[in-house]
Amino acid sequence: MLKKISSIPFAGTPEQEAELKQVIAKHIDDPGAVMPVLQEAQDIYGYLPIEVQTMIAEGLNVPLEEVYGVSTFYSQFALSPKGKYNISVCMGTACYVKGSGEVLDKLSEELGIGAEECTLDGQFSLTACRCIGACGLAPVITINDDVYGRLTADMIPGILAKYKD
Amino acid sequence: MYRSNVLVCGGTGCTSSDSLKIVEKLKEEIAARGLEKEVNVITTGCFGLCALGPIVVIYPEGSFYSMVKIDDIPEIVEEHLLKGRIVTRLLYQETVVEDTIKSLNETAFYAKQQRIALRNCGVIDPEKIDEYIAMDGYAALGKVLTEMTPTEVIETILASGLRGRGGAGFPTGLKWKFAAANDADQKYVCCNADEGDPGAFMDRSILEGDPHALLEAMAIAGYAIGATKGYVYVRAEYPIAVNRLQIAIDQAHEYGLLGDNIFGTDFCFDVQLRLGAGAFVCGEETSLMTSIEGKRGEPRPRPPFPAVKGLYKKPTILNNVETYANIPRIILLGADWFQSIGTEKSKGTKVFALGGKIEHTGLVEVPMGTTLREIVEEIGGGIPNGKKFKAAQTGGPSGGCIPPQHLDIPIDYDNLLAIGSMMGSGGLIVMDESTCMVDIAKFFLEFTVDESCGKCTPCRIGTKRLLEMLDKITKGQGTLEMLDEMEELCHYIKDNSLCGLGQTAPNPVLSTLHYFRDEYVQHVVDKKCVAGVCKDLLEFSIIKDKCFGCSMCARQCPAGAITVTDYTAPGKKKPAYEIDTAKCVKCGACLPTCKFGAIVKG
Repeated sequence: MLKKISSIPFAGTPEQEAELKQVIAKHIDDPGAVMPVLQEAQDIYGYLPIEVQTMIAEGLNVPLEEVYGVSTFYSQFALSPKGKYNISVCMGTACYVKGSGEVLDKLSEELGIGAEECTLDGQFSLTACRCIGACGLAPVITINDDVYGRLTADMIPGILAKYKD
Repeated sequence: MYRSNVLVCGGTGCTSSDSLKIVEKLKEEIAARGLEKEVNVITTGCFGLCALGPIVVIYPEGSFYSMVKIDDIPEIVEEHLLKGRIVTRLLYQETVVEDTIKSLNETAFYAKQQRIALRNCGVIDPEKIDEYIAMDGYAALGKVLTEMTPTEVIETILASGLRGRGGAGFPTGLKWKFAAANDADQKYVCCNADEGDPGAFMDRSILEGDPHALLEAMAIAGYAIGATKGYVYVRAEYPIAVNRLQIAIDQAHEYGLLGDNIFGTDFCFDVQLRLGAGAFVCGEETSLMTSIEGKRGEPRPRPPFPAVKGLYKKPTILNNVETYANIPRIILLGADWFQSIGTEKSKGTKVFALGGKIEHTGLVEVPMGTTLREIVEEIGGGIPNGKKFKAAQTGGPSGGCIPPQHLDIPIDYDNLLAIGSMMGSGGLIVMDESTCMVDIAKFFLEFTVDESCGKCTPCRIGTKRLLEMLDKITKGQGTLEMLDEMEELCHYIKDNSLCGLGQTAPNPVLSTLHYFRDEYVQHVVDKKCVAGVCKDLLEFSIIKDKCFGCSMCARQCPAGAITVTDYTAPGKKKPAYEIDTAKCVKCGACLPTCKFGAIVKG
């Protein structure tokens, strides 16, 4: 899977770093610690910039190459920051045959960004995600924790308007 | 004791349409009327009929309220729960027959179903172990530990004829037997709950609706092969399932049903969760085990098989969630009972996730051997908007498309393979005439190209080349020779890839090429997409005799491709418009502006 790597400068806080160190300490003796630590690190920072991956590699005493190999392998790990509102468009088969492709195109047109990108003001990011299993509501998008189902492309501007500050 | 029980679906489908707020509102309205000692509200797992969610069922009447809104709750509580008058207006209309109400099991959706793996989904509260125990839960584990030897357990599973529900259909008992035969200081029992097949959600529903069934079955497997540790590898994208599974593990520990000396015997067994991070290849057994070890989930050659060298190089068995969900019933009711259901070589039932262009989207569990026609037309309620059935896709990115001429084939592992598809995990996506089969093949190839781990060349490069050819065809740049080249490449990828992902990735292309070759030829020779999906092949035109000359379309057109002509249709006052196909950018913006149906695409 091709990953978009962010050029936005890293802006982690000392609090976040302390939290990450605790996570690393908790898992350091587990076999197979890299994945759980990356998952928790992503919860702390929202994404996994190279600075965070370096801290994990040093903390767990594994080569950075191994951490980077894992973080770029799985689609759940994000190397770019997400927007304040992250929009995920389900691209599972059930959604696709019911028109999720058009929904994604419309979102992309309205926001002026492609999939896996973030708007310049940091408000919205757009993701084409794997099946979320709400096939009864196809096509489905999620905006942070809100779920919108049975969509058509012309409903998109109205939904986005609710999130524009 | 409560006089009424209100069951609200808490599966992902229904919670996405706010069923948890419905639970809150119900409790609030019930408390406001002082009924909280008489009426019990229970959040259950999935009922299966996701198309009609959110679902609320009230017992003892068995009233099935569908598509319930929060504003409907006061009326349901006031009328039904307080005054005893069923709110017919909000019932699933198929259960209302004149003045009487049919039971749910008599409706077309449920009548042909037989629920074994889904037996407790939509029946019990998955977060309460007592409710599972009341449904004979952990009785099978008790029986196994106190009355049966490990060999007897394996013999029972072998005799039942249960085959793996994750895709390939390998006999479960045989897998267990191999692992049991290998001596080691540590063995593992793993569960594949990394449901990666887009459009399949049966495993998630079982995890959400009946998590203890999985834990019980894994403990039984542990006893049978001599393992003391189990891992459930579950998708992180399934937060409700992860949460309920963890609750179930904690409760089972508290009751002494997991941990040391289970049922007072020497048997010890523990289960841990491992979250998957979104990689389709991790559904392949060796990849999944590598991923549990915290590495890139790449497959490795077999042999050695996991039964010999699996997780951390120890003997390991890996089964799918639905497979495990069958185990406790087989132990309790016997191999003969399970044998009596299904076809000659495929025993028991199969859960299908019905989706796409179908009325009743949802989960259905039917005996093996049920025909596709019964599933699509009777249980699924047919295709909406009067459109025609074109194909059913089973097996996800590893499967194929089944055309109308095979609708009456009894579905089982072998029959599906024979017609170029496969059972897969049980996703069943229905497609109508507005689905383009070339586009669907391209959709699945995009998926496999993205998900190919890159370790072996046939899969990494082969699927990419295949996708490039498909892309050319959908753009009208294909040739007839290309179709043959594609077929040859498909067979090459199938024969030479390292793991199941690559070996099955060409199936969507092969099956559509086989059954819908005409459509490919239309794309290549006529440069037309009859389904109207492939944008580059579309042509928009105005039927001049239908055009009123209102100019709505011309004002919408971003390319200025629509202009007025000097032709006025009989009975119309203004001259008709026409589309200059050379200028048209095929955006389709004109289509919805025409109130007279004068604009057509094709």
